[in-house]
Amino acid sequence: MSEFIIKNGHVFDPTQGIKGDKKDIAIKDGKIVDKVSGSAKTIDAKGKTVMAGAVEIHAHVAGPKVNVGRIYRPEDKLFTYMPKKGSQRMAGGFSIPTTFKTGYEYAKMGYTTAMEAAMPPLFSRHVHEEIRDTPIIDEGAYPVFGNNWFVLDYLKNDEIENTAAYIAWLLRATKGYAVKSVNPGGTEAWAWGLNCLSIHDPVPYFDITPAEITKGLMKANEFLGLPHSLHIHPNNLGNPGNYETTLDTLRLTEGMKAKNKFGREQVLHLTHTQFHSYGGTNWGDFESKAKEIMDFVNKAKNVTIDTGNVTLDETTTMTADGPFEHHLTELNHLKWANVDVELETAAGVVPYIYSPNISVCAIQWAIGLELGLMAKDPMRCYITTDHPNAGPFTRYPRVIKWLMSAKAREAQINAFKHKDKVVNQTSIAGIDRELSLYEIAQMTRAGPAKSLGLSSMIGGLKPGMDADVVVYNFNPDKPVAKPDDIEAAFQRAACVFKSGVQVVADGEIVSNGNKRTIWVDAKTKENPQVMRDIQEKFLKFYSMTQANYESIGHHFIPNPYAIEVDARS
Amino acid sequence: MTKTMTDVVCPFCGTLCDDLEVSLSDDGKQILEVYNACVIGTEKFLHSQAKDRVTRPRMRQEDGSWKEVSYDEAVEYTAKILANAKKPLMYGWSSTNCEAQSVGHEIAEMCGACVDNTAAVCHGTTLIAVQDIGIPSCTLGEIKNRADRIIFWGCNPAHAHPRHMSRYSIYPRGFFTGKGHKSRKIVVVDPRVTDTASLADIHLQVEQGRDYELLNALRVALNNEWLPDVVAGIPQEKIREVAEVCKSGRFGIIFFGMGVTQSLSKNHNIDEAIALTKHLNEFTKFSIMPMRGHYNVTGSGEVLAWQFGFPYSVDLSRGFARYNPGDTSTIDLLLRGEVDAMLTIASDPGAHFPISAVKQIAKIPSVAIDPHLTPTTGVSKLHVPVAFVGVEVGGNAYRMDNVPIDTRKVVDPPAGMLTDEEFLTKVRDRVKQLKGVK
Amino acid sequence: METVTITMKNPPQLYLEADNVTPDKFAGKSASQIAELHVYEGNTTSTLGKYFEVAGSAGATAADTKIVVKGDVSKVKYLGMKMSAGELVIEGSADQYVGAWMSGGKLLVKGNVDAFAATGMKGGELTIEGNAGNYLGAAYRGDWRGMSGGKILVKGNAGSDVGMYMLGGEIVVNGNIDVHVMTHAEGGKVIIKGNAKSKLGGQLVDGTIIVFGTIDVMMPGYKPVGEAELEIDGVKAKFAHFIGDTGERKKKRKGQVIYGNLYKKL
Repeated sequence: MSEFIIKNGHVFDPTQGIKGDKKDIAIKDGKIVDKVSGSAKTIDAKGKTVMAGAVEIHAHVAGPKVNVGRIYRPEDKLFTYMPKKGSQRMAGGFSIPTTFKTGYEYAKMGYTTAMEAAMPPLFSRHVHEEIRDTPIIDEGAYPVFGNNWFVLDYLKNDEIENTAAYIAWLLRATKGYAVKSVNPGGTEAWAWGLNCLSIHDPVPYFDITPAEITKGLMKANEFLGLPHSLHIHPNNLGNPGNYETTLDTLRLTEGMKAKNKFGREQVLHLTHTQFHSYGGTNWGDFESKAKEIMDFVNKAKNVTIDTGNVTLDETTTMTADGPFEHHLTELNHLKWANVDVELETAAGVVPYIYSPNISVCAIQWAIGLELGLMAKDPMRCYITTDHPNAGPFTRYPRVIKWLMSAKAREAQINAFKHKDKVVNQTSIAGIDRELSLYEIAQMTRAGPAKSLGLSSMIGGLKPGMDADVVVYNFNPDKPVAKPDDIEAAFQRAACVFKSGVQVVADGEIVSNGNKRTIWVDAKTKENPQVMRDIQEKFLKFYSMTQANYESIGHHFIPNPYAIEVDARS
Repeated sequence: MTKTMTDVVCPFCGTLCDDLEVSLSDDGKQILEVYNACVIGTEKFLHSQAKDRVTRPRMRQEDGSWKEVSYDEAVEYTAKILANAKKPLMYGWSSTNCEAQSVGHEIAEMCGACVDNTAAVCHGTTLIAVQDIGIPSCTLGEIKNRADRIIFWGCNPAHAHPRHMSRYSIYPRGFFTGKGHKSRKIVVVDPRVTDTASLADIHLQVEQGRDYELLNALRVALNNEWLPDVVAGIPQEKIREVAEVCKSGRFGIIFFGMGVTQSLSKNHNIDEAIALTKHLNEFTKFSIMPMRGHYNVTGSGEVLAWQFGFPYSVDLSRGFARYNPGDTSTIDLLLRGEVDAMLTIASDPGAHFPISAVKQIAKIPSVAIDPHLTPTTGVSKLHVPVAFVGVEVGGNAYRMDNVPIDTRKVVDPPAGMLTDEEFLTKVRDRVKQLKGVK
Repeated sequence: METVTITMKNPPQLYLEADNVTPDKFAGKSASQIAELHVYEGNTTSTLGKYFEVAGSAGATAADTKIVVKGDVSKVKYLGMKMSAGELVIEGSADQYVGAWMSGGKLLVKGNVDAFAATGMKGGELTIEGNAGNYLGAAYRGDWRGMSGGKILVKGNAGSDVGMYMLGGEIVVNGNIDVHVMTHAEGGKVIIKGNAKSKLGGQLVDGTIIVFGTIDVMMPGYKPVGEAELEIDGVKAKFAHFIGDTGERKKKRKGQVIYGNLYKKL
């Protein structure tokens, strides 16, 4: 394998505490190394920024609901298509790009790992086919557990060990990465057209509450010692006043400690927090409660979050929170897709336009940024747009611009039609903090990698780590001429290496790389009861046989990378 | 000693039953019996065993006779007609696996082709409706476990999807439906008295071509608004009664078929049926699902969508993907004379298209890839027989509710025969050479 | 105003895509520069000059440019696509997407047009002296934002799905019209001087349909509410008045439910 050396760049690497020092990064056989031979190819990064490949912790990029979005939004492709170039495939779509475009756009921005945020287990084979067709980036997927009948049945009686055995079985069957919970209990209630809006609303028939599900899943996750923590989309998403539900959910972590060998410290990852930080009682007195949420998060060392920044675009919302999407279509009257998945989950899809002329959208924009700007520990707060829910992932450079430049935020605030409401009902206008490149590297690299339990592998530039390296056309020594330069630099990286292969040069794709599918293989003690329960539910209630349920074979996962966990003791 | 394979997936209809058992001769080469399948599914397996099966490509000669050619010659011909055409059409894809579809799409990209599947003459109108107003749906297990209101609109599963009613929709006892058939009310809407209609609690014999009006009237009834005395041949009292039946259920489902997708109003029928479903969600829980025909037409739509962004009728001719049925759809392309070469795979347009469109296939360079002899292979210049997917080779397929199920290989194909994927891979590699693509 | 005349001399073997034939794209160009503009036949990219003879020259801006298209362009798509100003005259019949997404200017077709004319039209005037195909003034697939402004006049007949998802503007059809008029509309007006078939105003939230001739079958969601006298193009007449679609969701304005209106001449 070839050797490379990236010379004279300003390196930002939180895993080593490097804050913009001029430093050479050496690559050999797909890994970062101390030094390389004289025959190594040199990349000149003088006057440029060098970081590890970025890590996406939460995006909807592959699987059935993403594809529903593609299928039912031909207008999302209208006039957005790029003709094919070289070895690339055609690539189109804006808010729900094709798989090829997804891989290319992530890579061009310097992302080398992405996690699909919600995999319906019954559809795991579909998720993996799309992951297979997403070039360059390593991907994993989180199967959803929060409304799963096995989980509801076991946790009703606080059977943590059985829940854990089932989780391990399902991760293996679906080749999943982590335990995801979406609107725990509420999505099962949605099968009857109902919902659970607080953590104490009982789930119809199952005699359990969202609080019990969440607590139980956290315990089972730590029982197994999985690389990532429970990854939660709590109840009551998107409603005025929901920050109380969010705080209730966060309080469930009190007294809990992470137990794993991956260096992860949190027991709960709270996702797209922007959608869960709302005050007020209706859309008229709607206001930010970002401060209340961040006051809790800043103190709770066993919690990580991602932001879910609104980007002010026309986009496509999609979530396993079935009742929320129904609520949304009743509000905006745009086309509604819903899929209820037997014994497991549901999903909804509705297009949405975050218009700068609507005060609610502008306030949502402010809340997302407040979360990032109020974070005291950027290692525990990560940038996302909950792609495509609050905006497409291709807008990360714009979010970074807003976080790094008070001037850019001010320009946007002044452009809002209801500027006064934004100023009055959020605190965005009073925040002058500008995040540094080091903090951006924490929020997009080292932080999410650590939360995912992958900090020994990705998110940093220590020798021995995967050679995912990015060079941006951004000189940290020079003052920023205009904020848009930040956005331009992060949109098209000068150079990207993925596992030691150069995949981007001058903002263009030059290789399809060596993409992997990352999953977690957790070994547990034999559990005949859980195996019997699985067999029984397949015989009686599933519409397919157990033998056909597993995602297995080269056509689904051509290049697997299993992370092994031993939970037998 | 015979051996039995279990959990075999049936490559016939969109129900995609995956509980078949197949008994094989002790050398594993012959299929002896097929258990659990419907008559049509069983036939699909046994047909592969036919002694007179065509096992090598055949090229039509000047005098109309057929001459056996090698697979290499067939690859050469196929690659050349696609690579040399200004606007080739690659149609079918509904009875093959997703892996073959993917390889076909690579060829289509290189050749600037139009790619279309059998939705074009089936549930394409459903997809148009879904694009217009979305679709609240669910997986088939949800029906089995929860549904107490079942509506079959313009479809006849008793004949077209024989095991649908026993596996999912009428008879099964699920988690919340312990009494099976007794826990469900069945409504059938069909101008004909079908075998499915004979199972119904209520049969609405809608006037031909007036489904849109009847669906609209049901929504008017939900809004408690004025109605004419009779709509689409149905008295308004009956319409209001059916609206009440729907509202009073806990979980309802509308299954619909080609009786509404291809009759007057087409996509609008489905559009209004989806609107009715959405409307019913203000009162209770309701879903709607197309009864997809070919076992993997759904998969073709899925793969096209994640690769190009559109589920059928995709035009790649200008180096990027476009979609607009009426312009980019197969029958329109043929009738309007917009394409100058055609590859048909895993479907039989010769039997299902209007005769003028079939004549157009006969006029242009054409190849048909199909295990069977069909009207399409009869009008094409080259017939490439291939292994049966789901019998002689596995590969992924998508059920009518979009659930993916990996089909299984049961026996080997006859010696020397290629699969769809293998043949297309050879064509792809040859097209790369012809186009100078690395 | 300067005039450019393009005359078909080598008709395409298949169909030609000529989305560059607009005053906007021609503006500021000489005949030879215009002849170099791209056109597409299937997967081959070629120049306008290969198919058309180009004479005259364009004005400095689209508004100063008039294009006259002569010869057989019945197999040419996208003429006048996205035009924003100026004039385009097609002397014969044209294929699909004439004036699609146009936002201004005047487009006159002396013959017929095929489907998808004025898709997503925002403004300007489109006159078709012959017949129009299906989906005249409709939205692109999946889009809920159809024709939002401008005026279309069809002197002959029009096909099905006229004004689907219409939001504003006006379509006048002097002849007869096929099924599905203003489906899903939330505004705008369609006037039919001849006869209509059925499925008028299905799923319409707001908007107006006026029919001078017969309607074969009414939608059940249209409730008769009496008579009204209307003046159209200077002619006063009495019409039966219906409101609907009563099955569809309805908007409220100042506490009042807003219905769409359908008028049928008595």
